Amino acid sequence: MKPAPFQWHPASSLDEAVALLARYAPEDGRVIAGGQSLVPSMALRVALPAHLIDINGIASLARLEVEAGRLSIGACVRHAAFEHPVEPGVLGRLLATVAANIAHAPIRTRGTFCGSLANADPASEWCLVAATLGATLVAVSARGTREVAAADWFHGIMTTALAEDELLAEARLPLLATDARAGFHEFSRRAGDYALAMSLCTFRVVEGRMREARVGVGGVEPQPRRIPEAERLLEGERPEPETFARAARAAADAVDPLEDIRTRAAYRRDLVAASVRRSLQAACDDTH
Amino acid sequence: MTPRIDITLNVNGSDHDIRVEPRRTLADALRQDCGLTGTNVGCEHGVCGACTVLLDGEPVRSCLMFAVQAQGRRLRTVEGLANAEGLHPLQQAFTDHHALQCGYCTPGFLMLAAGTLERHPDIDDESLREVLSSNLCRCTGYQNILRAVRAVRDSRRLAREDAR
Ligand SMILES: Cc1cc2nc3c(=O)[nH]c(=O)nc-3n(C[C@H](O)[C@H](O)[C@H](O)COP(=O)(O)OP(=O)(O)OC[C@H]3O[C@@H](n4cnc5c(N)ncnc54)[C@H](O)[C@@H]3O)c2cc1C
Ligand code: FES
Ligand code: FES
Repeated sequence: MKPAPFQWHPASSLDEAVALLARYAPEDGRVIAGGQSLVPSMALRVALPAHLIDINGIASLARLEVEAGRLSIGACVRHAAFEHPVEPGVLGRLLATVAANIAHAPIRTRGTFCGSLANADPASEWCLVAATLGATLVAVSARGTREVAAADWFHGIMTTALAEDELLAEARLPLLATDARAGFHEFSRRAGDYALAMSLCTFRVVEGRMREARVGVGGVEPQPRRIPEAERLLEGERPEPETFARAARAAADAVDPLEDIRTRAAYRRDLVAASVRRSLQAACDDTH
Repeated sequence: MTPRIDITLNVNGSDHDIRVEPRRTLADALRQDCGLTGTNVGCEHGVCGACTVLLDGEPVRSCLMFAVQAQGRRLRTVEGLANAEGLHPLQQAFTDHHALQCGYCTPGFLMLAAGTLERHPDIDDESLREVLSSNLCRCTGYQNILRAVRAVRDSRRLAREDAR
């Protein structure tokens, strides 16, 4: 189908974009970034915005920089930017691995990191990364700027802390320690499909023991999150397959999986166990 | 109807002055306003890749962009592949390797492959397979498409080595 009529407002600066958003958000206006989720839903007439504030021409939002131990990702940074490591450390390598799992190459040339966070699909890879690593999201409106922690960002399926007149201008990810190890695993039925379950694990190994373990699960519940029940079983233990299997089982027990006509909760739970075990093993093998 | 906007699209090196509603997708503008019907439209929501074109050299789904967003960019479509000397090497390879049957997916695959080989002339088989999984073909079973694109990659590589 064809998208319904709308008025197009290309913005050339962040100030202009938030001014336009303040004016048009109450009249069904919203931001268009890469358009790779919005335009399909407009074509299907699920989304019927009356105004689109186009941020693609805002040069300052293409910023992708490491500063003060954090990677700052502007609102116009595309998925494709991460296909090659954006920084020389563990984070850059991890993001490259994750990016390859997002949709297909021609979609990655347009879709944005921040657009994925704003869209908050339960199966978004970037949302899992943000939730697991503890991203900071920078929301800007004509009223001012505020920072939201990833833990407070997700409010359920495709719902976030962002107010209607706010623009997600930047996402910030903490760099990973030089001795950190990271592993990602996702299960989907076909190449490029959304994940039915995925997981991201990181830890350091100090004197043979795992420290600062993080286990994040996405695509399973309405929003991605860390699973403390699994993390506890790793802390201070040796990185061994039996320990990984125990933590993976704990993660599977802890989640409350979404169900749909093709995917029963029990199946998703099994996928969580397999996925967490594999991403823990991948992290264990991630010794550069 | 919302007011139409005057824009210029640069396609295959030529400017097209057209007047479109903002909701006009790039795919529809190419086909209906520029008269370039080589770009096909299948699903219209980003899944099939029949509408793939090059935007400043990069493959994109033209059904997931609005024409007004493509002003000032360089667009390339399947019509721009062949020249006075004949078919583009990819078009010839698709013929030679029987990489099309009904041909509906072909313009999209050709542009995907053209953009990919220009940017990554030495792409390995595994990555090529991954990239070509972006588009759907309901006829060929994909193997011949892979063969055709690999053949062009390999012959260009040989040509580069000979030139050295
Ligand atoms: C065939 C196909 C397969 C896909 N597979 C995957 C997949 O496997 N994994 C995955 O994660 N995604 C997938 N996607 C979606 C893709 O990653 C999108 O790019 C992403 O979800 C949204 O980013 P965008 O920049 O395209 O946002 P848009 O489509 O432009 O916007 C999406 C929503 O977010 C809002 N928005 C966007 N940016 C901002 C901002 N800066 N501030 C405030 N609001 C904003 C918009 O108003 C809109 O509501 C797929 C898409 C397609 C078409
Ligand atoms: S028509 Fe554009 S992807 Fe199917
Ligand atoms: S040749 Fe018929 S769809 Fe590909």
